[in-house]
Amino acid sequence: MVDLSVNLAGIESPNPFWLASGPPTNSGDQVMRAFDLGWGGVVWKTIGDPIVNVSSRLGAVDAGDSRVVGLNNIELITDRPLAQNLREIREVKRRFPDRAVVVSLMVETKEDWREIIRRTEDTGCDGLELNFGCPHGMCERGMGSAVGQEPKVIREITAWAREFATTPVIVKLTPNVADIVEPGRAAVEGGAQALSLINTIKSLTGVDLDRFVPYPVVGDRSTPGGLCGPAVKPIALHMVGALAKDERITVPISAIGGITTWCDAAEFLALGATTVQICTAVMHYGYRIIDGLVDGLSNYLEDHSMTSVRELIGRAVPALVEWGDLDLNYRVIADIDPEKCIGCQLCVVACDDGAHQCIYVPGAEAKPGHVAPLAAQAAEKLKVNPDYRVPWVDETDCVGCNLCALVCPVPDCITMKAVETSRSFETWNDRIRRGTAFVPGGLHDSRAR
Amino acid sequence: MSFSLPKRRSEQDFSEAHPVYSHHDALAEARRCLFCFDAPCIKACPTAIDVPTFIRKIAEGNVRGAAKAILAATILGYSCGRVCPDEVLCAGSCVLKDFPKPVIQIARLQRYATETLVREGRRFFSPAAKTGKKVALIGAGPASLACAHELRLLGHEAVLFEKRQFPGGLNTTGVAPYKMQADDALLEVDYIRGIGVEVRTGFEVGRDIDPLSLLREYDALFIGIGMGRDTRLHVPGESGAGVVNALEWIEEMKTTDHRALPSGVRHALVIGGGNTALDAARALCRLGVPEVTMLYRRTAQVMPGFRHELEAARLEGVRFVERAVVTEILRDGQRLSGARVRIMDEETVLPADFIVVAIGQTKWRDTPMKLPGVELNEAGEISVDPATGRTGNPQIYAGGDATPGMKLVVQAVAEGKRAAQAMHRDLLQHVKGDR
Repeated sequence: MVDLSVNLAGIESPNPFWLASGPPTNSGDQVMRAFDLGWGGVVWKTIGDPIVNVSSRLGAVDAGDSRVVGLNNIELITDRPLAQNLREIREVKRRFPDRAVVVSLMVETKEDWREIIRRTEDTGCDGLELNFGCPHGMCERGMGSAVGQEPKVIREITAWAREFATTPVIVKLTPNVADIVEPGRAAVEGGAQALSLINTIKSLTGVDLDRFVPYPVVGDRSTPGGLCGPAVKPIALHMVGALAKDERITVPISAIGGITTWCDAAEFLALGATTVQICTAVMHYGYRIIDGLVDGLSNYLEDHSMTSVRELIGRAVPALVEWGDLDLNYRVIADIDPEKCIGCQLCVVACDDGAHQCIYVPGAEAKPGHVAPLAAQAAEKLKVNPDYRVPWVDETDCVGCNLCALVCPVPDCITMKAVETSRSFETWNDRIRRGTAFVPGGLHDSRAR
Repeated sequence: MSFSLPKRRSEQDFSEAHPVYSHHDALAEARRCLFCFDAPCIKACPTAIDVPTFIRKIAEGNVRGAAKAILAATILGYSCGRVCPDEVLCAGSCVLKDFPKPVIQIARLQRYATETLVREGRRFFSPAAKTGKKVALIGAGPASLACAHELRLLGHEAVLFEKRQFPGGLNTTGVAPYKMQADDALLEVDYIRGIGVEVRTGFEVGRDIDPLSLLREYDALFIGIGMGRDTRLHVPGESGAGVVNALEWIEEMKTTDHRALPSGVRHALVIGGGNTALDAARALCRLGVPEVTMLYRRTAQVMPGFRHELEAARLEGVRFVERAVVTEILRDGQRLSGARVRIMDEETVLPADFIVVAIGQTKWRDTPMKLPGVELNEAGEISVDPATGRTGNPQIYAGGDATPGMKLVVQAVAEGKRAAQAMHRDLLQHVKGDR
């Protein structure tokens, strides 16, 4: 049995899967249903002074038949009275003492922070998450991302919260900054005991081309919202990794951003997260996805001989380096499996028009002296079957960019195989140190002049 | 002038086997297309429709662009979308056949893309400046229509002579009613005529006009007369009530309000193994005949009918009997009672109260023979140069079912278009020569 329990800055959770602050954590009834199905923790939808919302509020990015690969919203923090939220938080914690109940907070003045922290902690909750992230609505009032984009303000408000709080303080960061490390360090300097990220990315998902109003449409107007969902995962992974890598970020991380499957979750954990928070996937498919998350992660850990999820946390962080530390002599080339190939030739056109012109159709002749092991076989097959369409790779010209493997619609048909090179490990930074970082043919090449 | 059918026709009793896609069905199907490079579906189409391009346009919500891409290759793209056996052409070559996903329903997408625009009469193409050259086309089926449209595009005049009351050829009179009905075929003819093609119906070349005078009056001639009458069985008892020839029977359903069947038919036999036989058998099932049996003299392996059509017929309840030769039609007085059949050397009597004979059509040997230089091959088809459709007479071209090749609408279109382009080259040479 694999141990999935984690501890984020003193907050215990039976598994690393938390519901992120948002519509799925809006009410006690919802959170209790989620806990009944096995979620490890929640971050309650941000409380503060209640607000007024608009209709509509959500926009989405689709990719072909895949709906909602990105979701954008202009919904504000909770619109329910504070006392009602607090009553329900108390009830949830009483009924589910073993789950992590964190409450997201957003208010303005120091006095307000003091008061809301006092009243929130009175519910028996396990921790607080300071919402410094929302890129819409609240930021116009000096809250949300207006705070998260100012390291000085982050430091100050975090320090207030630490002064008033007895439970752990998590600072939720906005990705709408040039370098995530700066606000991350500011939060830590202010006393944050954990960081959570990313909040949503400021965005517009589209424009109604009949009414000439961007989405989501509110009457005859719209406004930028915050993007989340699978589309933002790569940005979130990068930011989580950057903080995990930074030596001055000494606190644990709760990762957020497009996590849909156990695999996504495992990737964030490997890049240094201790817990993961999920919102969009639940908005799309419901709380029931927790079964696949827990089961999938457990089986993965078991298959990789890990007895605790804690062994996974940070495993991929050492491999994340700057470009200058990559091995210039590592080489992969594309390998097309003729048995699996269905002959769509998307790799051919992708390589020809968008990469390095090294994938050929059957019958094309290999360049003299080039390594192209399947060229002759393809030509033979074409003679027998004029409809034969399996392409072949000129391995001499292939630069190993991955594009063909990425566009191929058949799982595992194109793989990138590592090739032996006689040259040993050497990075660009090595060359700089050795004084050999010179590539001929440039502005400073005297021979060319 | 528009060609009007009787308001009430027996074919209207049939519902469509594949109704037109709804907008969302079309989107869902179009989005599955991989957009192959150098796609095999293009090569599999006799008219080389750029299938991935038109499907991508549907997926992008640009249905008008999709329709234009189709009609640029095939002006009969609408009827092709409804009658083309895409299982053996474009869709049959779809790379998804080697993948655990169904192949793309290309013909249905093609119909979806063209349906509204053809109905609205939206025009994409206009004729070039007049060349002063005139071409006469004998027959107004798909080959002639495609040829005429292409000729008009190139600036020539085109006049079609059709012996029937309706243009459209087999599209109007011969397509199984559950695939396409005659009014839709005529709708497409009207759409094509919109470019300025003249159609004279009820006008039989050879009867109403001497073909040689056509040759004098016009700069070139296109023969698109299809095949001839249904072949007869030549067995005792064939003549009389209850025995019909397949194409005549289908034509009657499609163009008249005559009842398709006598009342109370319980056992129907269809004799033949081609696609017309399969169409007739499926039609009988759809008319509610409880027992429909197809009798074919050879085996399913070698039958000319498509495998997918046979499968569909069997699913609808058709019984298919191989190696079955009808030797006599049996009658009880005048009333049809059955057929004597030799099945694998064993003779048996099958009860029947309706028999459809679908053993092929005669080759037309009359009109072309009277034209100097036009020759027939051994199969009775008009011999043409495959690259141009030109007959032995440099002024006369031919295409469609009257010439060798697949007997399909899309093939006829390809041949008609090819002939038009060859004529264009020849006619312009003459223009130059005149100077």
